[in-house]
Amino acid sequence: MRYLPLSDADRREMLRVIGAGSIDELFKDVPEEARLTGPIHGLPMHASEMAVERHMTELSRKNMVAGDVPFFLGCGAYRHHVPASVDHIIQRGEFLTSYTPYQPEIAQGTLQMLFEFQTQVARLFGCEVANASMYDGSTAMWEAILMAHRITRRNKTIISSGVHPHYVKVAETLAQFSEDALATALPELSAVPDTERLIAKIGPETSAVVVQYPDILGRIADLSPIAEAAHAAGALLIAVVTEPVALGLIKSPGEMGADIVVGEGQSIGVGLQFGGPYVGLFACREKHVRQMPGRLAGETVDAEGKRGFVLTLSTREQHIRREKATSNICTSSVLCALAFTVHLTLLGEKGLRQLASLNHARACEAADRLAAIPGLQLVNDSFFNEFTLNLPVEARPAVHALVERGILGGVSLGRLYPGAEALQNGLVVAVTETATDEDIHALEAALKEVVR
Amino acid sequence: MTVNPSGWRPSTPANEEGEAHTVTGNRALMLEEPLIFEIGTTEQTGVDFECSPAKAGAQGDASAAPSGAPGPRPAPGNRLAGLERSRPIGLPGLSEPETVRHYTRLSRQNYAIDLGLFPLGSCTMKHNPRLNEKVARLPGFADVHPLQPQETVQGALQVINELAFWLLDLTGMYGVAMSPKAGAHGELCGLLCIRAALEARGDKREVVLVPESAHGTNPATAAFAGYRVENIPANAAGRVDLEALKARLGPDVAAVMITNPNTCGLFEPDMKAISDAVHAAGAFVYCDGANFNAIVGKVRPGDLGIDAMHINLHKTFSTPHGGGGPGSGPVVLSEALAPYGPLPFVAKYPDGTYKIVEEENAGAEHPNAFGRMVAFHGQMGMFTRALAYILSHGADGLKQVAEDAVLNANYILRSLSDVLDAPFAKSGPCMHEAIFSDRGFANDVNTLDLAKALIDEGFHPMTMYFPLVVHGAMLVEPTETESKASLDQFIMALRSIAERARAGDPSLKAAPVYAPRRRLDETLAARKPILTYKQPEAPEAAE
Repeated sequence: MRYLPLSDADRREMLRVIGAGSIDELFKDVPEEARLTGPIHGLPMHASEMAVERHMTELSRKNMVAGDVPFFLGCGAYRHHVPASVDHIIQRGEFLTSYTPYQPEIAQGTLQMLFEFQTQVARLFGCEVANASMYDGSTAMWEAILMAHRITRRNKTIISSGVHPHYVKVAETLAQFSEDALATALPELSAVPDTERLIAKIGPETSAVVVQYPDILGRIADLSPIAEAAHAAGALLIAVVTEPVALGLIKSPGEMGADIVVGEGQSIGVGLQFGGPYVGLFACREKHVRQMPGRLAGETVDAEGKRGFVLTLSTREQHIRREKATSNICTSSVLCALAFTVHLTLLGEKGLRQLASLNHARACEAADRLAAIPGLQLVNDSFFNEFTLNLPVEARPAVHALVERGILGGVSLGRLYPGAEALQNGLVVAVTETATDEDIHALEAALKEVVR
Repeated sequence: MTVNPSGWRPSTPANEEGEAHTVTGNRALMLEEPLIFEIGTTEQTGVDFECSPAKAGAQGDASAAPSGAPGPRPAPGNRLAGLERSRPIGLPGLSEPETVRHYTRLSRQNYAIDLGLFPLGSCTMKHNPRLNEKVARLPGFADVHPLQPQETVQGALQVINELAFWLLDLTGMYGVAMSPKAGAHGELCGLLCIRAALEARGDKREVVLVPESAHGTNPATAAFAGYRVENIPANAAGRVDLEALKARLGPDVAAVMITNPNTCGLFEPDMKAISDAVHAAGAFVYCDGANFNAIVGKVRPGDLGIDAMHINLHKTFSTPHGGGGPGSGPVVLSEALAPYGPLPFVAKYPDGTYKIVEEENAGAEHPNAFGRMVAFHGQMGMFTRALAYILSHGADGLKQVAEDAVLNANYILRSLSDVLDAPFAKSGPCMHEAIFSDRGFANDVNTLDLAKALIDEGFHPMTMYFPLVVHGAMLVEPTETESKASLDQFIMALRSIAERARAGDPSLKAAPVYAPRRRLDETLAARKPILTYKQPEAPEAAE
């Protein structure tokens, strides 16, 4: 077996040193009746690398690859070009096969990278501090709601109708067990988000208002009025960013007064991967850092006075605080954070702005072309690289009809909001720098047929 | 060199004799590397875009850039709601060669399994097969969107379903929730299933019992799920005290969280009796599966009466730890709990197709789901790796994995128990990890000193000061992917350091000497947290 170095002679010699007659003697604490006698039933015997690769390749070929077709899906996961050097770096064994940096003297690579990542995330989000990453955007949002609860000592949270419905479901699931009350609503196919409604709902018991920016339909709204209203009531503003590339062009939530900014970092460096692993981004004000969940890398010095980095403020964390911890999170998403930070370092501010401009330009072109199709309406006044079309037909079957024409044309709101009648004709279309003119023309032509 | 602002020093001064100083601060292959904020600029980039800008709409146009703001700005007529950034972000860029060098230099300051034995107890740092990396990067897995229509992702769904099938086969359980993102997330999933099952029968229970030796995530998770946590004691043999547990069980207890094999590296021989007692009291058994590597292919948790157990794919099933994630924590469930598992999951239909059961169709197919734990479907990139691992080993290989992991740990235990106190060695063999205490160390030398000295010998230290039930605990988990030669070298090194610790050798306090950094001042880091880079106000004088 290629992954097991011990030879039978090694095993005999080691058993002799141990003083055991057989390997079974080492399992004597396992009750006899529970012990399996032979290899487990059902699973085939070991297989060659070639055979396993063949099987996995066969399975992979049953999927339609985003890069092979005109592709326009977004809604929380975005297809961007990832430079080849990103994947090279994350496959360095020293990053790939290391552990959480509990021994900082031999983990400075990971720790310094995390410190850089934290700084990049904080600056991108317009916040003072950021942590070393969460599982993904949806879990980061829930942790932000809990953090606001701890800070304000209130438990009523207002979630904008523009927040990704999966994120809302995650929060609703966990709120059942934490005595948090969430006010949620379905989005409307309107040109502007629900800012007015949110402000009207803020009250003296409100812990936080949660707004996605840009929102699930792609709309962009100034968060300042919401921040002002929330702060006036002693509540916090939590902003959720599922497409951080947008922040190359538009103001950061922190600039507009958000207290906690969380997000999904997938679109920078990570790739689609059918939904995971992704990387949750989490940033906030410095004064709230001790209420923050997750790992934090911090700067310090070593015994010779040299700058170095350690995991810090761990008195918030489960391995020290046990049931009194700010979160039960243990693993974060460091390798994905590495991909994010390498890609963002390659881009730099100039490259990020260029990338964002290119995305917006592609999306503007596509929106204008598609909105010109008779019967179709562009819902949005504003968008970054994603917008919603109101089709004259139900969007779900339309998406399948586009697949029959070899096009992955968007996400139907029927998929995201099953049963919401008013949304069934909505199609969310994301257009990144990876969409060519030909792709956009192909979608335009196919949509014309499909909605006819 | 900057002044040490805290004035903190190791208790023994470093031995400076014979140490060469260089003008760069580098020492041959040990290269110092600044932060990207110190070497990059906002004007530099390592990415090229198409030369001809996009034709229509609000294109990027470098000529429109105001001074001070790098890069192009959106032209008038954009759709950004008047929210264009006006201020610089402060993101430094580097060209590709500089980027590759920066991160390659950083990588060389890390220890890793690829470099040597990494015996972190309860972390299962085994070799990460590169075939797994290759298959996870097949475009059919890596370049697929989670919301693609299901007819376009049948292969991805088949991967999830196949992995789920083998996880059930290996555990003897009834159902599996694949979406949890990591071990602690899986624990939460398991407890929420338990909570939903109890609530479905109108039973409001408030307490979760956790052994003293449990990993910190167990009590933290129970609290996160809204339960009050109570400890259950261990007996002198390092196992759960069955009588104490039975005495505590009652109508207020929702669940007992057990780690088996436990964090002392010992199998709980009374596991079935524990499960029976817990079930008789109307509660459920949660098993922390962190240590499943010791028993995979040898024992099925389902045969021990367990109701829920998470499986760390990044431990037993070799997906890379990546410096602290991403992990993956599917949760296998008993027949009593399976109906409450979260959405979404993958179901196979008689016609051979696969379908995602999510909010839309849950009403008909899975009406009692407790909810959803994540956006999308879980850690697909880890599923492909874990499936490749399971198929590579097969039934015979996985059994051998457990046997070799246990053999390696016992070899270390017996080879060192004359120089290190092994508190449970007298009661018999250990499972996949060996535990030692600091008893017999002289002159204030402690577990931390020994660990740091191991760094100088070229090894990653073991898990220190955990579990809490053993004084100065050292928990050593070699895993099955170490050769005998590697183990022998580790034993030789640890033996030598243990002897120095028993002799009270003060030089241990100065270790590590040869690592990229000496001991770091963690107190300073916590007292005055510096969590992001800030431009220095006045430039420091170069030395």
